[in-house]
This record gives sequence, structure tokens and C-alpha cells, in this order.
Amino acid sequence: MPMIHTPNLSDPDGFYEELIDAQRGLSDEQAQLMNAKLVLTLANHIGDREVLREALQVARPLGAATAG
Amino acid sequence: MLKTYTYPQFDYRQSAEQKEGRVARHPVVIIGAGPIGLTAALECAARGLPAVVLDDNNTVSIGSRAVCYAKRPLEIWDRHGLGEGFVERGVSWKVGRVFHREEQVYQFDLLPEPHHKMPAMINLQQYHVEEAMVAACGRSPLVDLRWKHKLLSLAQAGDVATLTVETPDGVFQLQADWVIACDGANSDTRRMVDGQFTGQFFQDRFLIADVVMDASFPTERWFWFDPPFHRGAVRPDGQRMPTSVLLHKQADNVWRIDFQLGWDSDPEEEKRPEKVIPRIQAMLGPEAKFELEWVSVYQFACRRVDNFRYGRVIFAGDAAHQVSPFGARGANTGVQDIDNLIWKLKLVLDGAAPPALVDSYHEERAYAADDNLRNSTRSTDFITPKSAASLRMRDAVLELARSEAFARPLVNSGRLSTPTPYLSSSLNTADESEFAGRMKPGTNCADAPLQRDGQPVWLLDALAEASRGAGDFVLLVWGDGGVAAEAVNAGAVTARVLRVGPGGLQDATGVATERYDAQPGSVYLIRPDQHVAARWRSFDAAKVQAALRRCLAQ
Repeated sequence: MPMIHTPNLSDPDGFYEELIDAQRGLSDEQAQLMNAKLVLTLANHIGDREVLREALQVARPLGAATAG
Repeated sequence: MLKTYTYPQFDYRQSAEQKEGRVARHPVVIIGAGPIGLTAALECAARGLPAVVLDDNNTVSIGSRAVCYAKRPLEIWDRHGLGEGFVERGVSWKVGRVFHREEQVYQFDLLPEPHHKMPAMINLQQYHVEEAMVAACGRSPLVDLRWKHKLLSLAQAGDVATLTVETPDGVFQLQADWVIACDGANSDTRRMVDGQFTGQFFQDRFLIADVVMDASFPTERWFWFDPPFHRGAVRPDGQRMPTSVLLHKQADNVWRIDFQLGWDSDPEEEKRPEKVIPRIQAMLGPEAKFELEWVSVYQFACRRVDNFRYGRVIFAGDAAHQVSPFGARGANTGVQDIDNLIWKLKLVLDGAAPPALVDSYHEERAYAADDNLRNSTRSTDFITPKSAASLRMRDAVLELARSEAFARPLVNSGRLSTPTPYLSSSLNTADESEFAGRMKPGTNCADAPLQRDGQPVWLLDALAEASRGAGDFVLLVWGDGGVAAEAVNAGAVTARVLRVGPGGLQDATGVATERYDAQPGSVYLIRPDQHVAARWRSFDAAKVQAALRRCLAQ
């Protein structure tokens, strides 16, 4: 199954608000640690290495050298 | 001086050839009497090859070296009658604990797969292993172990290597058809042939302390990430780089502790007992009573030689590949190098296989070395993160692992060394039928309990018996006498039939049949090093012979 590139979240504004709210009151360091835990948790849920590989490519900052 | 061990002093003897001033030619000369060189000597002897071993010292390895020996090397040593003794002498642990800062992240209980003669691994000091192997070499008329023999130089011409060696009686020369260099990561032999040894150096230093403690201290493996009693250094950019500590038990109530030191540590300062003892006390708690047995500091690298063979010089063990200590891959993989090499040398020396067979040693073992280096680098990257971002990701795994089972397989405090199957080896013949399970061509044979005439016998013991000597292959055939199968020859090499079924070995538990996904008629062609070369659902002499020839590089 390829990675979903089209909108797949119901209520995108609501989700975004929830995401920001979840990090309210955290220091930058705590928020970054939380993001890392979130990545690992979602990666495990997805499980599909092809999807994860595609997501890693999509997430790499624009203009950054290619990974590897 | 150790409290629990006295180093033996082995006698130097002048060889007859040096005394008589003649240049003798030997089929195999092994450089280095460490665990790999000694294994090579025993393996040569078992296959009928006389072996001369040269070592510049006259005792076993000093201090703390390899600790953990895994199933496959134990199986190989067991062929030489040493496996059971090592298991009896060594320590088996089942419970491991992982800590992150002040908290225990989780604990695990290793549940070893049943129905193997040898355990998944044992912990045992390297000097015990070497001492037992030296004794075994002494019992073999084919092993000529020469202490205080230092290799000074080596020259090659055609199919012979000439070695210049220094002993207490002066300098002499000897010749060898094949030289096996087992002289460690700083191999002089490798330098003499200008072998390229490249890879990655790591800045981190590790302090090794062996301590003697009360036997009541639990036999468990404890691994700390960022321990509160051993904080890491702060880099010039302000980033604190946490360290790690590993504690596990060896024989004679000696515990091994590995402290990862900061990048800026002073090794000489760190080794001082005034520095080491309080650190250990903080780690074990104020109640613990211990005595310091040995302390050393090391820095590691992950490197391998570009070619495992330079003419008639072949590299094995750390001389061929150096890995990080995480996962006990050094000695374990070196022993498997020897397992792979010696039957090939024997058949080539006998003229039963072309020299090309020896080239498959590089093909298979460089592949295994790269796999080991990859595994070792992965552990290193988890244990010693190199950037703030990777440290954060590592900490995220450890925080999640406290409550989330899914995160625990991501925690990498060193993975147990398991054999790398030679799945793409040119010696394999590809399957033409479907087989389930692990035993693909190129894989080392899994052990299983069988019976012969009502008596228990292990499959690997039966295979070793069937292929003893010249490096014969085994045809492991399932089914009774109604299943046709006969010995197959390729030149001087024979593949002998070993049956599982009525009239042969009985598989009362069904474990062997399941592990090999066998049915009546199934045939496995098994190499002298107990690796699968090919397999079929029924016996066909022409196909077996073609596979045998392929596996001999004929």
C-alpha cells in the first residue's frame, strides 16, 4: 500500500489544534522529545516499511542534501 | 596478578628444523595462538592437516578480553570435544535489565529455543577458553604449538610463503603452503602483505573493570543508559553526551563492568583504583563488597581487511575484521571464519578441489563480516548517539519502552551474535522446490535431538561423525530404505548418506523434521562445515553431483 498523499484527516483544523494543544506548556526540549516519541509510536502503528520510507523522504527538509 | 586466575607459562622449545638449520615446508602455518589461531589448529588437526602455530608470547591472553560465546562457536568447539566443558565452566544468564537514568526501563527473560545441545551463549573469560584449547592442541599429534616464535617478515613467491621467525635461539626461516594470520586487530602479518584495513574509528573510550563479588549478587545482565552514577561529558558545543554501563557475570564470581567514558577522558587517570573503586561502589550500591581484579581502557574501531586472502596468506578473526564490543561479535565471528576456511584448505591441499574454492572464503566471510559490522554499528549508534537529534530519538525509545512493549525491540544494547547465512554464496545451489523454515542453502545446520539404536544423539554430532576426516559432505536423507539414496562422488570428495527414518536416526520428537521442513524423500546436501549446500524433495544422483561440484568450485 503506497503512502496516502491526499487529505485523509477528518476535521483538519481540529486535529491541528489538538496537536498544538498537546505540546502546550512544554519546553522546546520536552516538545522535541514528545515529537520523537510520536514518530516512533505512529511508525509502529503503520508498520509498513515502504510507507515509512516514503514518509521519511517526504518529511526531509526542502533543500537538504539527500539522505544516505 | 589476578586473584581468581594464575596465568600459565608455556614452555618454549627449539624446533628440530631450527636446531638442524634446515628450511622445512609446512602445509599450514598459523600466526597467533589466540582463540582463533588455536581453533584453526584444532580444526586443521581434526581434518587431518598438520598445523604449526607461532606465537610471540608464552601464555594465554592477559586481562579482560572476549567474554561471551554464542551457540555457533560453541558448536564448532564441541566438534573438538570442548563445547560441553566450556558450558559447564561458563555462566549462563537469563534475566536482563535495562535502566535509563534512575529508572528500570524493563527486564526480560531470555527463553532459549529448546532442543539444541549448545545454549544460545555463555559468559567465560577468554583465558579459560584459550587454556583449554592449548591443552587440546597438546593432545593432538598434528598440532605443533610453538611459543616465543615471533614472525619478523614474510615473503611470497608462487605457491609458497617464506617466513622469517625469531626465537630465543635466534632467527630462522620456514615455509608454508598456506599462512593463516590470526594475529589480531593490530596484525603484523597484515602489515607485511600491505593489506588495507579501513573503516570507522570511534572516539568513545571504554573502561573495563573485572571485579570479584559475593556469589549472591544476581546472575543477570544489567545495562544502563545514562546512569546516574556515571554522568557523561559535556562537549565543547554545550551538548551533554550521556554514557552507558554494562554489568555481567563470568566464571569464578568475576563480574565484568564496561564503563563508557566521555570523549574527553584521560585513560591513565580513569584506570587508577582511587577513581575506579568509588565509581563501582556507586553503581553496585553501598552494601556491595567487591575486589578489583583487572582494569583496562580501550577505544574501538569497526574495520575490515579489503581482501581476506593475499596470495598464500589468509586472514581470520580480528586480523580480518574488527568490530565494536557490543554483541560479542569479535571472537564469535572469528571462530566461524575458521569453520568456513579449513575444510576448503584441506580439499585444495589434497588436490580434491581447485584453488578457486579458497576464494569462496573471502566471498562468504567478508559478507558475514560486513553483516557483523552493520549490526555492530547499529548497536554503537544506539548506545553512543553522535548528535543531539539522535540522542533525543534514543531517549524517546527508552521512555516509551517503560510502558510500551512495541518500543522494546528498538532498544539496542548489543544484539547477540548469530551466524550470517551465506544466502548469496556461489557455492549454493538454488532451491527448485518449496521449503518452509530457516534452512535455506548457505545456512548453518540447526541442531536437533535424534536417537540412534534407542540412544540419544544430536544431529550436529551425527553430521560431524559422518564427515570427519578429509572434508566429506553428508547427504541427510529422510525416509526408510525404500527411499533410494546413495553416496555421490565428485572426484575424490564423497557425499555420504545419513538417514533420518527407520534403519537410521530416529526423530521421535519431530524437531529435526520440522526444522528442516522435511518429508519422506527430502535430501539435504551438507558441507563439511555443517552448512546447507543444496536440498531437494527427492534424491537425484546427477543433481546431487552437480551441486557437489558447484560447492567444490569444480
